Amino acid sequence: MIDFLYSILVLGIPFSVSLLLASLGEMYNQRAGIFNLGCEGVMSMGAFVGFVIPYFLIRAGVESGIIYVLGIAGSLAAGALLGLFFGVVVITFKAPQGIAGIGLQMFGVGVAGTLFRHFIGGIASVPGIKPMPVPLLSKIPLVGNIFFNHSLIVYLALILVPVSAWVMNRSSWGLRVRACGTAPRAVDSVGISVDRVRYQSLAVGGALAGLAGAYLSLCQVKMFADTLISGRGFIAVALVYFGRWNPWGILWGALLFSVTQVLQLKIQTMGINVPYEFAVMLPYVLVIIVLTFSNKNFQLGPSSLGKAFDRENRL
Amino acid sequence: MERSEGRIHSLRVEGITKRFPGVLACDDISMAIGEHEILALVGENGAGKTTLMNILMGLYQPDEGSILINNEPVHFKSPRDAFEAGIGMVHQRYMLIPNLTVVENIALGMKEAHKKGVMKLGEVRRKMQEVSDNYGLHVDPEAYVWQLSVGEQQRVELVKTLCYGARFLILDEPTSALTPQETDELLVLLKNMSKQLSIIFISHKLQEVKTLSHKVSVLRHGRMTFSGDTEKYTPAELASFMTGTKVELPVNERIDMKGEAVLELKNLKARSDRGFFALDDLNLTVRAGEIVGLAGVSGNGQKELAEVINGIRRLEGGEIRFFGENIANLTPGKVIEKGMGYIPEDRNTEGIVPSFSIRENIILKDNTTGKYSKKRFLKLGTIAEVSDRLKEQFDIRCPNTTTAAGSLSGGNIQKVILAREIDRSPRFLVAVYPTRGLDMGAAEFIHQQLLELRNKGIGILLVSEELEEIMNLSDRIGIIYKGKIMDVLDGNTAEIKTLGLLMAGVKND
Ligand SMILES: Nc1ncnc2c1ncn2[C@@H]1O[C@H](COP(=O)(O)OP(=O)(O)O)[C@@H](O)[C@H]1O
Ligand SMILES: [Mg+2]
Repeated sequence: MIDFLYSILVLGIPFSVSLLLASLGEMYNQRAGIFNLGCEGVMSMGAFVGFVIPYFLIRAGVESGIIYVLGIAGSLAAGALLGLFFGVVVITFKAPQGIAGIGLQMFGVGVAGTLFRHFIGGIASVPGIKPMPVPLLSKIPLVGNIFFNHSLIVYLALILVPVSAWVMNRSSWGLRVRACGTAPRAVDSVGISVDRVRYQSLAVGGALAGLAGAYLSLCQVKMFADTLISGRGFIAVALVYFGRWNPWGILWGALLFSVTQVLQLKIQTMGINVPYEFAVMLPYVLVIIVLTFSNKNFQLGPSSLGKAFDRENRL
Repeated sequence: MERSEGRIHSLRVEGITKRFPGVLACDDISMAIGEHEILALVGENGAGKTTLMNILMGLYQPDEGSILINNEPVHFKSPRDAFEAGIGMVHQRYMLIPNLTVVENIALGMKEAHKKGVMKLGEVRRKMQEVSDNYGLHVDPEAYVWQLSVGEQQRVELVKTLCYGARFLILDEPTSALTPQETDELLVLLKNMSKQLSIIFISHKLQEVKTLSHKVSVLRHGRMTFSGDTEKYTPAELASFMTGTKVELPVNERIDMKGEAVLELKNLKARSDRGFFALDDLNLTVRAGEIVGLAGVSGNGQKELAEVINGIRRLEGGEIRFFGENIANLTPGKVIEKGMGYIPEDRNTEGIVPSFSIRENIILKDNTTGKYSKKRFLKLGTIAEVSDRLKEQFDIRCPNTTTAAGSLSGGNIQKVILAREIDRSPRFLVAVYPTRGLDMGAAEFIHQQLLELRNKGIGILLVSEELEEIMNLSDRIGIIYKGKIMDVLDGNTAEIKTLGLLMAGVKND
């Protein structure tokens, strides 16, 4: 039994990381009042850029670890740029956010896939980022492997949870972000630019989504394909609601989701006689059930989510 | 108060003009205010008062004209510039963020509250304490704004503005959402504050203007039509400057219609949002062709009563007999079908759909009946015709009837609602605070309409906390206190003093 749990948990944490990062990014967007359904597209671009930089550097004969640093930096930048691009569409030009988000998703996935086929094509892989065991801690039996034997991005993602909670609740910028998501008019009335705060949060959110993609292509599967993200971006959006716009809630949602995901893989490989489609459904069903029954007190959520702000429009 | 060390000896605006699509909101306005003065800015709804003040705060840019402080022209690109100059404003719709605490709300716009990107809430609390000691304004810094009453929220707004170092305070209709008691407290407070500050006070309640202000300026249709010393003019004179004509609020002649009972409320019991019994064994009867005024301090069950009658809130005990039939706990749609008319308390969220056009709001209750639709298709021609007719008949001031209803001023929104309800020829009308926040002209109009309806033999339940309104219009007056009817008085003989006592829950017999 312990073995079984261990085998699920040891995979569950790394599985959750891309969801966690993307979802934290989406949280920054939504807290500022921007509903970004395009997360999937941003992740796809992040995954592609993160992959393509080391791939070509290796072919050019560069061997050191710097190639991955460059890849990650590229994915962060690509994500942030896509976030800002989305901002131009929904903040400056005030396009409806839901539709624009779907557009961004298709744009990101499409462009990444096309560029990949054009420049690389076929199946290509990179050695990927190696796990970096934490000295001493990773030697603890069981726990060591579950928590302290992962790649750097995993630790980074986990640290980002308390950091994001602090940024949201204690920093000046977080205060502005929270205010913009609820009462942009009030923010405007004290002379803070709502649009600027929203652009900033889109850049941060986009960078995190880009990193989430790069984690997939550099750490988890170590290759790129245009089906790589396969709906994780949408799950990330759902997890923000699941976690009530709160980093800790999002962490717990991401873990729950990926642990059930691993569980369903286990069920399939163990040859238990349930139709595999049913197992694949499990995590999604679980999220829907929890969302259905979770506390619906939206008092503390961003109540202006999805609405463009226009000072001279009184509606 | 570091940032507003420079004192404001005088503030002047000159030739301010501002156009919105289809509306000239401010038309070549000039005025001036000196130090420690209270200037009352009065004018009907839609006269352009809020727009002018938003321009002063740097929220809107004027199309023409300039602002001068101490005779030097200034340009405010954003409210922050106005704060820097020592000007602060409490907006008509409060600018507070409901899911933040009071101290966080104040920290948002306060420079001293932020050091290297980290919030220093201690600094804000210290400043709040300072303001509180100085002006006697107390608020709980740790409360969430959504937990506060309207009066408390206003105090937060005042504290906020003062924390930002305002020496020059603009208050946009500060009393329109307050109960009479809260209003009195505010007036006393402002009087004291004027020893240290200059104040622009927007209102259309002339009694308040008389008690508080030194000078008064009148806006009408975007133009400044009058400026002078408050002392020298009577409220009636000021009212006539506002509307251009003499206004006299109509009075019910109380010719008995001898109607039968049409709405009988028996032993009503219902809970408030917070779970206690807001209606506690309430009994009241309204007959056809009479107006029953329901007087009381707001929060004593008025809102719940209106909602219960209209099927919006669950009735937990008792009966609502409407023309003899029990309509308790029917759906709102069914209640409407029975012929109930309703002017809700919150006109922006319950009375209209703000983003819908005036036309769409007019047909809101009848869009599926033969009146406005045929075989499930809307009769757009009829709708346009009816709306245009109602626009004329009810004097709804708007560019045209395809304008979004939410962009109108409060008085005009109320006229849209009234037009819809009256044009449906209701069998009964529940009117909740129908003139709250409206100017005299609009109030007069609405009173006339209510009286006309009464004289046609329709029963009306009028909920209000303005005693003058109740006394003028009601055939009988019920006094509500803690969810019960304290007493029902005859409209002819009721005295304000007895009403006041009953409203406070004092019954002497
Ligand atoms: N943002 C806006 N867009 C369009 N019209 C507006 C806007 N703000 C005000 N108006 C119009 O300008 C006029 C003045 O409005 P306002 O200043 O709010 O009046 P007041 O405060 O005196 O009631 C009204 O006719 C109103 O409909
Ligand atoms: Mg106004």
